[in-house]
Amino acid sequence: MNSTLKNTETGPEFNRETLDLVNKIIKRYPEGRQKSALLPVLHIAQAENQGWLSSETMEYVASLLDIQPIEVFEVASFYSMFNLQPVGNCVIEVCQTGPCMLKGSEEILAHFENRLGIKAGETTADGKFTIKTVECLAACGNAPVLQVGTEYHENLTTQKADELLDKWKAENKISHTNPYL
Amino acid sequence: MAEQILLKNIDVPGLASYEVYRKLGGYSSVEKALKNYTPDQVTSEVTKSGLRGRGGAGFPAGMKWGFIDKKTNNPRYFVCNFDESEPGTFKDRHIGQLNPHQLIEGMILGSYALGARTSYIYIRGELFYVLRIIEKAIAEAYKNGFLGENIKGSGYSLDLYCQPGAGAYICGEETALLESLEGKRGNPRIKPPFPAVVGLYGCPTVVNNVETIAALPWIINNGGEAYSAIGIGNSKGTKLISACGHINKPGIYEIELGLPVEEFIYSDEYCGGIRHDHTLKAVVAGGSSVPILPAHLILKTAEGKPRLMSYESLSEGGFQSGTMLGSGGFIVMDETTCIVKNLLTFAKFYHHESCGQCSPCREGTGWMEKILHRIESGHGTMKDIDLLVDISKHIEGNTICPLGDAAAWPVASAIRHFREEFEEHVKLQKCPF
Repeated sequence: MNSTLKNTETGPEFNRETLDLVNKIIKRYPEGRQKSALLPVLHIAQAENQGWLSSETMEYVASLLDIQPIEVFEVASFYSMFNLQPVGNCVIEVCQTGPCMLKGSEEILAHFENRLGIKAGETTADGKFTIKTVECLAACGNAPVLQVGTEYHENLTTQKADELLDKWKAENKISHTNPYL
Repeated sequence: MAEQILLKNIDVPGLASYEVYRKLGGYSSVEKALKNYTPDQVTSEVTKSGLRGRGGAGFPAGMKWGFIDKKTNNPRYFVCNFDESEPGTFKDRHIGQLNPHQLIEGMILGSYALGARTSYIYIRGELFYVLRIIEKAIAEAYKNGFLGENIKGSGYSLDLYCQPGAGAYICGEETALLESLEGKRGNPRIKPPFPAVVGLYGCPTVVNNVETIAALPWIINNGGEAYSAIGIGNSKGTKLISACGHINKPGIYEIELGLPVEEFIYSDEYCGGIRHDHTLKAVVAGGSSVPILPAHLILKTAEGKPRLMSYESLSEGGFQSGTMLGSGGFIVMDETTCIVKNLLTFAKFYHHESCGQCSPCREGTGWMEKILHRIESGHGTMKDIDLLVDISKHIEGNTICPLGDAAAWPVASAIRHFREEFEEHVKLQKCPF
């Protein structure tokens, strides 16, 4: 198996450590069923490639699992957590479904939009932030809720939104990190 | 307070660790079952318990296990449905995050009963931080001999793995979940064949919800009859209710089935009443897909009997005046709520989550969202209201999986009970809220 060190400038290849993780995951399924690893591996591939899946990345994932690139694309295009276009370093995903709406999620979304000067679905010019609206995150008791990477932030207020945004700005937050680590 | 089967130790610090869980008696049901029970005896206890599927459908768990095809030589699989995504439902996360070993203990019992050698916990991709907690707990269970080869010298071996989804509500439908677990799009399969015969990789498979599985250790420890002594009618045992919306104390409560709805909403032990001393307007009692009921019909049935938190009582009156217990996702709305706007978010949700296989759902959910958006933004007509009802009727029952019904019921019920509010939007040409 290819053990090329990851170089995000030139290609989507995983480093040795990530390849070991992928191989460990493939072993969870019966012989010949390695396609089952597709969702876990796409999560990893996206995290390791600036938070989105290019054609090149999907072709690489196909080669790792010995399946056709079209099989990867048809899956990647189905699931809303996979981005097929570039995103900002920090993707802020604000829930807009009923229970969050009842507790003021529109105000939270508008607050992020105003502070960053972009609308949901857009990325700031400096490439640092993307705002996305998402459907129910299943944390409705602590609505309103948002997600950044694998972190949930709950019981949001505009004040809490400000604190989070200031923190993310200060630390140059990157939301796409390997979710298994 | 009801017997606490699922949340008894939930506040104990460090419960997610093997040491703490074990000290509290954890894994004793596995020791008991592997030593004293055949797999069929485990199934028999679950059947006796009357435990019903807690994901929303309420199908008797023991009966579902009984359907598994044990005649083939194919491997059998036990799969946990942790794709919790039904708006208003947030109970499974609570178990996975704080008490993962109870879920694992239940997974071992179910796998043993069904004769599975490999089992999977399919968890929604957004909950990767919970997946990591569960994977850590699984590693501890292996280390302590409760997973892997020859568990505790019983001769029974089991491997257990966690599998992430990637943001698709439809994968909570069990055949879509299996497709997803095979690395495909989450398109539900045509049934029959049911998963008990043709499931994961074409092999016999049972899929159960997290809460259902987490109840198994107590049932094996205390006996199916003890479990069935709790509850009311055919609603046995306890149920987690995740309560949200305009109440003083949103959260997850373990209730004995049969608790009066009024007590659940107003007692300080549970929701603590409506926020800011507002009045109750409506409740969606079992996750976003069940029919919404106005205050008077959620507190009492049409005949004036107190409404109870049970499968039977909540559905009394059919869809004309009743609803469903569903997943236990209890969304409470006070008088400041715009029913149309809330419904619009649900319609948007189902449109977004439709897998696109069946045209009534793929097209109909989009039309409903568009029309509701029109009404909410003041551009609707009276005909639009009837058109919504008409579309919902053409979706219901006409799709491969229940997502179509789930999208249709909220629309039909909101118009059934709150038609004047829709008409007011049309007359005023704006949202009155």
